[in-house]
Amino acid sequence: MDSVYLIFILMISIFLGFELINKVPSTLHTPLMSGSNAISGITLVAALASSGGGYDHMATILGTLAVALATINVVGGYLVTDRMLAMFRKTKGASK
Amino acid sequence: MTGALLINLAYVLAAALFIFGLKLLGSPASARRGNVVSAVGMLVAVVAALLDQGILEFQWIVVGLVAGTFAGVLGARLVAMTKMPEMVALFNGFGGMASLLVGWAEIYGVGQTSTFELLTVALSILLGGLTFTGSVVAWGKLSEVMVSRALVFTGQQVVNGAILLGIVVFTALFCMEPDNHTWLYALIMLSLLFGVMAVIPIGGADMPVVISLLNSYSGLAACAAGFAVDNMILIVAGALVGASGIILTNIMCKAMNRSLTNVLFSGFGSVKSGGEKIEGEVLPLDAKDAYLILEAARSVAVVPGYGMAVAQAQHAVKELQELLEANDCEVFYGIHPVAGRMPGHMNVLLAEADVSYDLMVEMDEINSRMPTVDVAIVIGANDVVNPAAKETERSPIYGMPIIDVSLARTVFVLKRSMASGFAGVDNPLFLRENTRMIFGDAKETVVQMIREFQ
Repeated sequence: MDSVYLIFILMISIFLGFELINKVPSTLHTPLMSGSNAISGITLVAALASSGGGYDHMATILGTLAVALATINVVGGYLVTDRMLAMFRKTKGASK
Repeated sequence: MTGALLINLAYVLAAALFIFGLKLLGSPASARRGNVVSAVGMLVAVVAALLDQGILEFQWIVVGLVAGTFAGVLGARLVAMTKMPEMVALFNGFGGMASLLVGWAEIYGVGQTSTFELLTVALSILLGGLTFTGSVVAWGKLSEVMVSRALVFTGQQVVNGAILLGIVVFTALFCMEPDNHTWLYALIMLSLLFGVMAVIPIGGADMPVVISLLNSYSGLAACAAGFAVDNMILIVAGALVGASGIILTNIMCKAMNRSLTNVLFSGFGSVKSGGEKIEGEVLPLDAKDAYLILEAARSVAVVPGYGMAVAQAQHAVKELQELLEANDCEVFYGIHPVAGRMPGHMNVLLAEADVSYDLMVEMDEINSRMPTVDVAIVIGANDVVNPAAKETERSPIYGMPIIDVSLARTVFVLKRSMASGFAGVDNPLFLRENTRMIFGDAKETVVQMIREFQ
């Protein structure tokens, strides 16, 4: 893909990110952080290609390590976020 | 080429799911669903990547996926809620390292790379390496494996400047001679070293800023890796994370009235300020007398800080809340944005103790309600309630927005001793006429109050 298109996508995504996150209440800052942290494990997609691309040995080793680490980031990140969010409850009658 | 088209469409779908998931994360009622939506997006992206024709062998992928899933599930299930900040830091670090490795592996993959691509490889190595070691140091500080205060030494700026210069030089050399791996290795080493150097001068209470910033870096590292391997979904997802991290960082800095550069470079908290003596008398109180005051109170505000996490007092606090409510008293929680060790740390702990989220009040709102509060109970918080931030121009924390508990009729401060807070600043709140100090372990004290109630 043309680099310019990729930069264009980058710019739009950054603006979109700012718009999406700007209004999150502070109560949710931790889950937001760990949830977006899990998304940053998207690098897994690239790691899969390096690990299984049938390139040189070195690429396979590095790629496999990257797959393992990114998977920890993704799986751990989503599970921990879910665990936290499951605790956020509104008790009936607590509010006025 | 329909296969390639389908895979790219799957990436578009994944991006849409991430965006929608983040949107749902914006409100407590829909947040859990949002996280699931985002996870489905990730699954779609991973399946699409696996179906890609470029993948020839699966055995190593399976090894990596199984090992990673095992470690991730274990980490996420076993970690205690109070250990959440360090766990998040660690997960974040792994993501950064993965981006570094992807960039590195790219050198051995497809030959013939343009200078632009080499530059993005260098960038993913730099950001990934910095995120990894930075997060590991943050983890060390948070879990107290290493000293949590700021570590500063003379000439630190010079050393950091030299490292940065080295990174620029080796990036340039690497782009000119990609086949000479000496430059690559030097770049990797310096990036890792830079992460360490960047986080050691930052003290424990500034950790909310550092964690959000590292979160942003890990996103940007994924983004750079996306450019290196020409993959759109990495760029979109990485940019979303990068932006969210920057916003959180900004909110944290504002809550401390400090600039990001000040947090990153000042080594705040390492220096003990001399400060002038504050006049006044410490008025101690025991749990029994505290009970008598609480029993008469109609409105109670609880202001928690990192000390509540250390003492694991959140469940006891919730129990006290129920007793007070049964006694026809209104209870709510005033939460400072930087209380604790990560953004929203106190909210998570209180949520763990089953405190309803609509009782957690943000700083702006609580200050206007404070004059009508009978008792404000400060549990393990210090700097975030220090009136010196408003009144003493010479104070190092002057200008930091605080939760103004001294406006309440009576203030209870639950504290181990008279030691000053993280910032090393004396707290005139403790000497106020309407302040009563209740010394001892926060959890013990709250439990004693509960016993008095029963």
